[in-house]
Amino acid sequence: MDNGIVMTVANLIRDILMLVLGNEFIVSLIMKFIGIGALLGAISGAAIAFTYTERKVCAFVQVRLGPNRVGPMGLLQPIADMLKLMTKEDIIPNGVDRVVWALAPILLFVPSALAYAFFPFDDGAIFADVNVGIFLLIAISSQSVLTFLMGGYASNSKYGMIGAMRAVATSLAYEAPMVFSLLGIVMLTGSLRMSDIVTVQGDNVWFIVLQPIAFLIYITTCMAETNRTPFDFVECESEIVAGAFTEYSGMRWALFFLAEYANLLSISVLTTTFFLGGWTGPVLPGFVWFWIKTLLMLFVFLWFRWTFPRVRIDQMMSFCWKVLLPLALVNVLLTGVGIYIYRWM
Amino acid sequence: MNEILSLVHNVVDWGMSMLMELGAPDLIMAGIFYALAGVAVLSALGVVLMRNVVHSALMLTASFIGVGCLYIYMDASFMGAVQFLVYGGAVAILIVMAVMLTRRPDMAHSNPSRGIISQIGAAIVAGIFCCVMAFVALLSPFRVSLADGQILGDSVTGIADLMLAKYVLPFEVAAVLLLIAMIGAIILAKRNPKEADEL
Repeated sequence: MDNGIVMTVANLIRDILMLVLGNEFIVSLIMKFIGIGALLGAISGAAIAFTYTERKVCAFVQVRLGPNRVGPMGLLQPIADMLKLMTKEDIIPNGVDRVVWALAPILLFVPSALAYAFFPFDDGAIFADVNVGIFLLIAISSQSVLTFLMGGYASNSKYGMIGAMRAVATSLAYEAPMVFSLLGIVMLTGSLRMSDIVTVQGDNVWFIVLQPIAFLIYITTCMAETNRTPFDFVECESEIVAGAFTEYSGMRWALFFLAEYANLLSISVLTTTFFLGGWTGPVLPGFVWFWIKTLLMLFVFLWFRWTFPRVRIDQMMSFCWKVLLPLALVNVLLTGVGIYIYRWM
Repeated sequence: MNEILSLVHNVVDWGMSMLMELGAPDLIMAGIFYALAGVAVLSALGVVLMRNVVHSALMLTASFIGVGCLYIYMDASFMGAVQFLVYGGAVAILIVMAVMLTRRPDMAHSNPSRGIISQIGAAIVAGIFCCVMAFVALLSPFRVSLADGQILGDSVTGIADLMLAKYVLPFEVAAVLLLIAMIGAIILAKRNPKEADEL
């Protein structure tokens, strides 16, 4: 089990702590806290790195240079952005529903961060490998819609309200095909445990080969769930100012962005885990494979974002209910028939 | 060096044994349970007492999440996940409905309380409900108790075996009932015969 880099490092730290403290329980408690710290570090590190990556990839797609003034190749741009956001005045508009308005950006971060507990980063390196992993993950991430609604409603602004209504409509609609597209994987694996999904792919073949339709449905719904162009109806600058975040500024607004980048990394990790075999791969250690695949998926998501124009919301809703959902259901049926034929042969 | 290490070991071991003697593990387990139960019950109270209907709905979510966490805490993680997924989404819809139907200039008083007679009636109904639930809870034989140190099996497999094999008929009947309710809602919403033709 413990042949991955992450587990080797973790065991090393564990041994050192054991030498110093000498109590099994205290050491495992400290190891849990180190795990939580590492996950939170990964999220905030990703958010800082992604502000730069996003702008550079955007510039690359649009044949521009992108940020290149602050530091070498513009590498210090994220720090400049962060300083700007932190020193901004904290504006609380008149007539907002104070408590709900202040809670929304903070609570938005909770489901995004909780999802990281279920990611299999390496062989054995998964914070909570529970037996209903994939289902609990979907359940927790689906809670984020409520925080958009809170923010939009509490802003007491028509743009905020429209953004919140759109968040509810799109998130709930796109959840259905997403869950059905993952059902094929669960049927093939025969388990809801995240580590089992990866091990099965390592032993046989990546699920992108067996479930190509599910893969396409999943990445489409993922982009809708994380509110990124072409499906960013919650924000939609050209239509409703900034939707649910219209009335937020400074650090409160930055929290929305932190959550968005956490979700962006989330969907890249999840696509890697469900369809690209997670940490399995030849020669290179698992942890390296995991990040190669994740960053590749991340680039694909950024590429989509800067390539496709935004579609109209009614087109997107009917596309979800009339195309994606039936397709996902057909995929479940095909998977069932496929499993039956495979067993019969 | 070794002396310092052994001193640290002794201090840590002594601290742990003291905690064990004071019954810390049981205390912490009970503490987590009561904290989660407190969240569930207090936010349920908030649903009734809040004057803003959206705040009430948000309190309802807090209550559901408290109950879901309790499920997970008691090793029924599948039930917990269902609680999050189904009720969380349902509350979002509920708020949208509440906002659309009750939007008024002053949202702060959108959930007014009724007169004293209605309050007494509500108290009686709630009391009867509590009695019935307590009766059921006390009478039902909870076969698996954690005191035996028994480890529960995979709850997903257990639920799937019961729902899709033994109780498949009631399960399907419930599904048909939901479908009927959905079709009924569409028919009510599209009552205009001209629009109904376009369906």
